[in-house]
Amino acid sequence: MLELLWVIPALPFAGSLLLALAGRRLPRGAIASIGAGSVGLSALITGLVAAGFLSASASGGFSYTQTLWRWLDIATFRPSISFYLDPLSLVMILVITFVSFLIHLYSTEFMVGDEDYSRFFAEMNLFVGSMLTLVLADNFLLLYLGWEGVGLCSYLLIGFWYREPQNGYAARKAFVVTRVGDTALAIALFLIFTHLGTLRIQEVMLRARHAWPTGSALATLTALLLLGGAVGKSAQLPLQTWLPDAMAGPTPVSALIHAATMVTAGVYLIARTNVLFMLSPAAMGVVAVIGAATLLLAGFSGLVQHDIKRVLAYSTISQIGYMFLALGAGAWSAAIFHFMTHAFFKALLFLGAGCVILAQDQEHDMFKMGGLRKEMPLVFWTFLIAGCSLSAVPLVTAGFYSKDMIIWKAYSSTLGGFWLWAAAICGALLTSLYTFRMVVLTFFGPLRKRATKLPGWRMSVPLVVLAVLSIAGGLVNFPKNLGGNSALSTFLTGVLPSFVTAPGRAEREGLFGIFSGCVSLGGILLIVLFMRSRKYEHIAESAPGRALHHFWFTGWAFDRFYDLVLVHPYAMLARINRGDIIDYFYTGIAWLGRQSWRGLTATENGRVRSFVLGIAVGAAVLIGLAVFL
Amino acid sequence: MILVWLIVIPAAGGLLSWLTQRVSPAWPKYVAFTAMAADLIVAACLAAFRPGATEFMVPWIPQFGIDFYLACDGLSLVLVLLTAFLGLMAVASAWTEIRDRTGFFYFNLLLTLSGITGVFLALDLFLFYFFWEVMLIPMYFIIALWGHENRVYASYKFFLFTQASGLLMFVAILALYFLHGQNTGHYTFNYTQLLGTRLSPAAAMLIMLGFLIAFAVKLPSIPFHSWLPDAHTEAPTAGSVILAGLLLKTGAYGILRFVLPLFATAVHHFAPVAMALGVASILYGALQAFGQRDLKRMIAYTSVSHMGFVLLGAFAWNRLALYGVVMQILCHGISTGALFILVGGLQERLHTRDIDLMGGLWAAMPRMGGAMMLFAMASLGLPGLGNFIGEFLVLLGVFEVSPVLAVLASLGFITACVYSVWIVQRTIQGPNAQEWKSPDLCGRETAVMAAMSVLILWLGLYPRPVFTAVAPYVENLRAPVVVSQALRGESP
Repeated sequence: MLELLWVIPALPFAGSLLLALAGRRLPRGAIASIGAGSVGLSALITGLVAAGFLSASASGGFSYTQTLWRWLDIATFRPSISFYLDPLSLVMILVITFVSFLIHLYSTEFMVGDEDYSRFFAEMNLFVGSMLTLVLADNFLLLYLGWEGVGLCSYLLIGFWYREPQNGYAARKAFVVTRVGDTALAIALFLIFTHLGTLRIQEVMLRARHAWPTGSALATLTALLLLGGAVGKSAQLPLQTWLPDAMAGPTPVSALIHAATMVTAGVYLIARTNVLFMLSPAAMGVVAVIGAATLLLAGFSGLVQHDIKRVLAYSTISQIGYMFLALGAGAWSAAIFHFMTHAFFKALLFLGAGCVILAQDQEHDMFKMGGLRKEMPLVFWTFLIAGCSLSAVPLVTAGFYSKDMIIWKAYSSTLGGFWLWAAAICGALLTSLYTFRMVVLTFFGPLRKRATKLPGWRMSVPLVVLAVLSIAGGLVNFPKNLGGNSALSTFLTGVLPSFVTAPGRAEREGLFGIFSGCVSLGGILLIVLFMRSRKYEHIAESAPGRALHHFWFTGWAFDRFYDLVLVHPYAMLARINRGDIIDYFYTGIAWLGRQSWRGLTATENGRVRSFVLGIAVGAAVLIGLAVFL
Repeated sequence: MILVWLIVIPAAGGLLSWLTQRVSPAWPKYVAFTAMAADLIVAACLAAFRPGATEFMVPWIPQFGIDFYLACDGLSLVLVLLTAFLGLMAVASAWTEIRDRTGFFYFNLLLTLSGITGVFLALDLFLFYFFWEVMLIPMYFIIALWGHENRVYASYKFFLFTQASGLLMFVAILALYFLHGQNTGHYTFNYTQLLGTRLSPAAAMLIMLGFLIAFAVKLPSIPFHSWLPDAHTEAPTAGSVILAGLLLKTGAYGILRFVLPLFATAVHHFAPVAMALGVASILYGALQAFGQRDLKRMIAYTSVSHMGFVLLGAFAWNRLALYGVVMQILCHGISTGALFILVGGLQERLHTRDIDLMGGLWAAMPRMGGAMMLFAMASLGLPGLGNFIGEFLVLLGVFEVSPVLAVLASLGFITACVYSVWIVQRTIQGPNAQEWKSPDLCGRETAVMAAMSVLILWLGLYPRPVFTAVAPYVENLRAPVVVSQALRGESP
């Protein structure tokens, strides 16, 4: 079974290649079959591999490496194209292939009217292949290949409708901003190889543990550079600005890339290199603080958006902030747990939003929607389930179990504390507020515009499946007070460091859980009452309200800052120096040559008078020189 | 003897193609194509059957110690293969573009290629200089006769830069010749015998700079790069392909073959300056590329940026960096060559190179759009494509030597991303405001792009054959470091 591992990323790559080369000559049905089929098959094989892995790893601590070929072979630098399967990568590929398949299935119907149907699936398949390569990579170089591959696909798919200049802008912004992070990651690789002599991830971890003492400067530097890569891909502070604009792409793209999979690459990277981070408490602190700050900032911004997809975009940034917070607090498996549940409910939210947008003739503005509850009941109910899961409605949703675990551990960890907990709980409140603001605006109130198009079976099935998972997904792990099941955490032990509870903070988990549950329910209640009382508009219309609204709406003015400090100066410099200042030196020489030629030809004017003058002056100068020297 | 064939076939093919023009103006291109195909086959045979070093030597002017001495090790081999391959691609890309004096055009093109092959094979410094000139003059004609609007200015500039720096190199060669002669009483231009020449530090530095400036002009490195945007822009497509894909590589090759082995100590002393220039080229070239309006000028400046990696990596004198440099040379030749072919195709269709007048061409020309995207991505160093291997290895190697410069140079990843996506945006994406309706790549162009795409992907995913080929060169080169360090210890 396990030997099939290489097929998992190979299938989407093959699908992509086939569609890129022959896609325009194929009928839509064939394109859909290849596009969704390759990923579906890949998901099936992932299931087989998982079964094989589970039966082989009964004893625990099992991992499987499959080498396809040696990529480079220069002295000690010998990375190969190899895949590495352990519990962490297994969880990742299960979620990725399964969610991707559902989204591909959805897209076969969603994109059916698009002229570039085959290009869409070619790029989507390429993305899935790259993402699988990223998480399965045995060495950092291959990981980097997947890492850049998903960046490329993100760029291609955000700018999928390339005729609109603003889509192109969003795509370029995403690519360039994430590349800033990628460059930090590349530098981290240089550092790792120079000091540890290998890029094989497991080997690096082993050597780092021996070579670098806890708190060493090199470990901190490496961890921070890796973090730089992670914040780029995962849209965390300070590189979060690209993600809201990335909503320019087709909605399935947002669901797949900018919610469920690619943006969690940073979380995966940190989890994968946990040894390096554990060696540096400072870096762990930075991860936690970035997570906490991002989840709050994005939460506030999500609260004031008009575009339904932008709400979800900020929500994604905020939820990944939770994952970062969990990582920084040392709650490793909680981060992966939240990654999983988030993949389900956020994909569902985006797919639901896609249905809504399609039904409202490409309208994105929630204020122009309303009352769709009765128009599209299936979309409404699944969207509501996902919204509840996102808001962490207690007991019944998967989101509650994963998020509550993070909130609790942010407090109880040796690396955590009150402030991290407070940020997490405020974030939970914000999540409920922005989520149900969106639900109310879209589905409740008076009907503004009838739904023109209802989803067919290929769009409905993914909604239903994801809705089930958004509820049942929590069953893999829930707290001891409710019976206790730590299947996921147990499965991940050995790969991820175990969680360390701070002394004296072990108790009262139940109390904290009840509190966070109340906060999320209270948030929902608050926003529903608030929206009904129409006070919202009053506050938004007041002068300070408007200023704050604008500030949050524009994402805390990060874009303006970067434009002012980096983008405009660079563009201006390029424009001013278009003629190339260095060339002026050479054209200057040429000019000088021509001027002296002109000067000298002027003396050859054929007039005896000036010749005599020349001779006289020359003689005078010579005599003068002879006398004075 | 096979080495002589590599030089003779293009030259003879060029001559023949000039002659056949009298029969019919349609003939020269077929003759030229056949000749380059034959050249590629011969080069491939050389690679397949004689993987080790091959030599050919007959005395030429024995009175002055000048031999007709050709040799082909792994480094020369990969470059000769690149020359034959890109030569073939260039001939194919000129197919419909060149309409007048076709025979003379192909004569010049193939003569340049012959000269370039000679440069990559010659191990007698006099012969090397001879080939250096052979490749220059036909290229001057190509720009001056078949170029675009501002061709006269560009061709003069190209000629003056290359000729002036070439003369500097000739002086340096002569200086080396005489100093070696005085030391040993044996006057020779033979590279292998000159290798061990003991020079005073000052003399070594001066002679090294003579070589280096000539190569840095060709490479080009700032501040000697300003001939390049003009020449590349004004040259016809095939000329741009040869310029960017091969002529620049002669500079890189010169550094690897002559500057490093002959002047190890001076190189070590000069390394910080050269590496800094490399980094500056990377960043400055990328900035300039982003600012251009003329598409060919844009791509020309990206060459400045990419060749900065070569200068940086070569002077880092580190195993990984040197392998990276070779890879960068090959992949830049292919990717930039492909971009110039694409732009040439665009110009043939749209009659403009102004990016302000382009846009939205993807729908009209999906194949061209796909190829443009692929090679723009290669240009920004996307893993999986060859250029990434080159740049990554260079930076990895440089990081061991100078982390600061490596970090600065890796900013080039970001700036390359900026200009690459800008090229894509302004050509194939955005609204098709001018409502261009042009035919997509034809069969011939598609075949050219397919060959180049496969190659760049192959080099990105399985580059080891190249590394195996150049391993003897790189591993031998590492030896003089020890010597030079010893020398530095001896003499203050």
